[in-house]
Amino acid sequence: MTHDQSFTNQKFKLVGSRVNRPDGVDKVTGRAKYGADASAPGQLVALFLRSPHAHAKIKKLDTSKAEKLAGVKAVITSADLPDHTAGAQLDVLENCMARDRVLYDGHAVAAVAAIDKETAKKALKLIKVSYEKLPHVTDVDEAMRPGAPLVREDIFTRGVDPKPTEPSNVCKVSTFGHGDIEAGFDEADVIIEKSFKTEQTHQGYIEPHACLASVGPDGNGELWVTTQGHYTYRTVCAALLGMDMAKLKVTSSEIGGGFGGKTHVWIEPIALALSRKANRPVKAVMTRDEVFKASGPTCSTSMDIKIGAKKDGTITAGSAHIRYQDGAFRGQWGQLGAMTAFACYDLKNVQSVGYDVLVNRPKVAAYRAPSAPMAAFGVESTMDLVAEAIEMDPVTLRIKNAAKEGTRASYGPTYGPIGIGPTLEAAKNHPHMRAKLKKNQGRGMACGFWFNFGGQTCTDINISADGTVNLTLGTVDVGGSRASMSLICAEELGIPYDQVKANIADTSSLGHNDTTEGSRGTFSSGMATIFAAREAIEEMKERAAQTWDIPVEEVEWVEGEARAIGQKNDNLPPLTLKDIAARAAATGGPIAGHNEVVADGAGVSFASHICDVEVDPETGGTRIIRYTVIQDAGKAINPDYVEGQFQGGAAQGIGWALNEEYIYGDDGRLQNAGFLDYRIPVCSDLPFIDTEILEIPNPNHPYGIRGVGETSIVPPLAAIGNAVSNAAGVRMTHVPMSPPRILKAIEEAEA
Amino acid sequence: MQVNLTGSLRSSANGEAVVEISASTIRELLSKLLETYPGMEEHMELGIAVSIDGEIYRDSPSKKLPAGSEIFLLPRLQGG
Repeated sequence: MTHDQSFTNQKFKLVGSRVNRPDGVDKVTGRAKYGADASAPGQLVALFLRSPHAHAKIKKLDTSKAEKLAGVKAVITSADLPDHTAGAQLDVLENCMARDRVLYDGHAVAAVAAIDKETAKKALKLIKVSYEKLPHVTDVDEAMRPGAPLVREDIFTRGVDPKPTEPSNVCKVSTFGHGDIEAGFDEADVIIEKSFKTEQTHQGYIEPHACLASVGPDGNGELWVTTQGHYTYRTVCAALLGMDMAKLKVTSSEIGGGFGGKTHVWIEPIALALSRKANRPVKAVMTRDEVFKASGPTCSTSMDIKIGAKKDGTITAGSAHIRYQDGAFRGQWGQLGAMTAFACYDLKNVQSVGYDVLVNRPKVAAYRAPSAPMAAFGVESTMDLVAEAIEMDPVTLRIKNAAKEGTRASYGPTYGPIGIGPTLEAAKNHPHMRAKLKKNQGRGMACGFWFNFGGQTCTDINISADGTVNLTLGTVDVGGSRASMSLICAEELGIPYDQVKANIADTSSLGHNDTTEGSRGTFSSGMATIFAAREAIEEMKERAAQTWDIPVEEVEWVEGEARAIGQKNDNLPPLTLKDIAARAAATGGPIAGHNEVVADGAGVSFASHICDVEVDPETGGTRIIRYTVIQDAGKAINPDYVEGQFQGGAAQGIGWALNEEYIYGDDGRLQNAGFLDYRIPVCSDLPFIDTEILEIPNPNHPYGIRGVGETSIVPPLAAIGNAVSNAAGVRMTHVPMSPPRILKAIEEAEA
Repeated sequence: MQVNLTGSLRSSANGEAVVEISASTIRELLSKLLETYPGMEEHMELGIAVSIDGEIYRDSPSKKLPAGSEIFLLPRLQGG
């Protein structure tokens, strides 16, 4: 059945209310089961042997002694992992287990499954690897220089004409924009050019990657795993291991944070391969050291931004050259940075060029609005410099140039209704903007953009005999979507919120659902839930018609009950959902609703953040004094969780802006793979983060929903950068703005 | 209809920012594009999204392309 996904401005009874989260009690009492909380009889422990080198050939790999150790049930190397994908996913397999060379510090070279951890540790020590070290490069700018060590010999630059004949560390060049930037800069009264750098950060999810894998000799397998997309994990694992998808059941555990890092497979295919070889269940749990070294952090970057403006604040041209490192595997992160850089603004002349660059670091994965925060740091910092140069208030400059409906986006298409203008107006009028600042304090603000998307979604609604409702979803709940989906289901059916129980199905119980990424969960599962509920309502109208022995055309569904229409039916009292459910066995059997949809038209998202900081000029330490997030949600289904997403993105952005940083030594090895030396913010580092939800409906969703999960991390680097620069009296161009960097900048400015 | 190419896609169409393709659906558009510009294959393997009048479609090959609509070809996006 095809449903109309257009916005209808429906009036709500439940949607928009603040409800208790259905997973709350389990999570605060420790009953919730995460990735490492599952066990199986006879399970083995998996451990990985990882490269101590940034770049090296594997000359010899001898596992014979480890295999003979008592208690060892399986050892896996790349020799056990033939490519079943005809090259299509060989890079994924190679990241899970190195083949002829290691490409980064921590790259897996072998894995062991043994009866306990001690035995597995002993076995790892018995594996002999002979390496031939190769030159390495970990810095994005150094990797682009002529003569830089070549990370891979099979990568040729895409996006340039003619096609190159020599391999390169630059794997892709992507150019976006329109107009004539040279003519635009010629029109400008003021031109600001500045270079910026941001260091590599990790999503910092508290729960490490963990799974329990079991594959039997009949080819049937099960995987319990912490993931943002268990269907994607099934698809990828089955492909890598040559398994039938339908014979691999993947169940997603509760997730202790993902933020994009749990959209890719890391240890899971290897755990399955070990289980298949040992014919025993295998449990694999990454250490924190492994999470930092061998999962998927975000990029480090380097960029040059140039903006020209007239004295009246009209921006005449903007250009960006953006260099992002992808780790040792081809990615699209520079491309995404180039697409998002100027997306907040209505520019006649704009060009952004993104370079995706290989280095000897772990494969980069998505991190909440991937690539956008770094580009925003460069552009939004330069916007403040433009405002200063023309002596205009920075918010006014942004409002004057804000994109609006009908603006051609810097990445191409024309915008529909969007919220950047309203978030900026709300920022300008926010009491935060009028609060007085003290000595050594500074205020900054910045804007951010993210695309959002939808994708494949499948949902079931089953109505029990007592009238309670099972809502079965396939999008992993990473931020409270079970509550939002229950609200939507209850709203449509006209029943109380507590009458709905939402569950996340395993891959054998429901059709494919795309990974929970791209802020798609509430947008797409919400749409499928609405349509599934409406299907269930049609079925209940049929059942009521049967009960009354009238045509179904004479039945309507109002406020959770079937009502017979027309004077001749006046004697028929309404049948509630519970009444109809109780009679289901006699009227045709179980009552269900189902929907499968490709939810497109997700609607782009914008935010404006305001931040006050205090910088200690003696130590360079920064304290966040006040922080405000204003963002367009389209429609906030459950405002508590929308605010939570806003606050979470800001908190992660604060850590990224001030402290978090991958530090590599000259040997190409990661120096700070742990939370003691890689400092994520704790509660005492953060003020209360104030929020303001704007609702500019998405025309392509029945409720007007836009995704909200990612955009909130886009402005913080720039908002804090602007605030710190104002407080310290010197422009900060390098993230994180850690105490040593701030002190150095102050000292250089004074000198 | 005019199809706007963005990012690295232009390099596979002789550097053109806009190409003329006659197609009624996304599926037909991508098929004809590949026929005309075989170099597009490497981009299609990585995934392509199509923007129709500002709305981005990633998995809707049957989506109709209304006459006179604004069409952009974009790289398929990833999110976190």
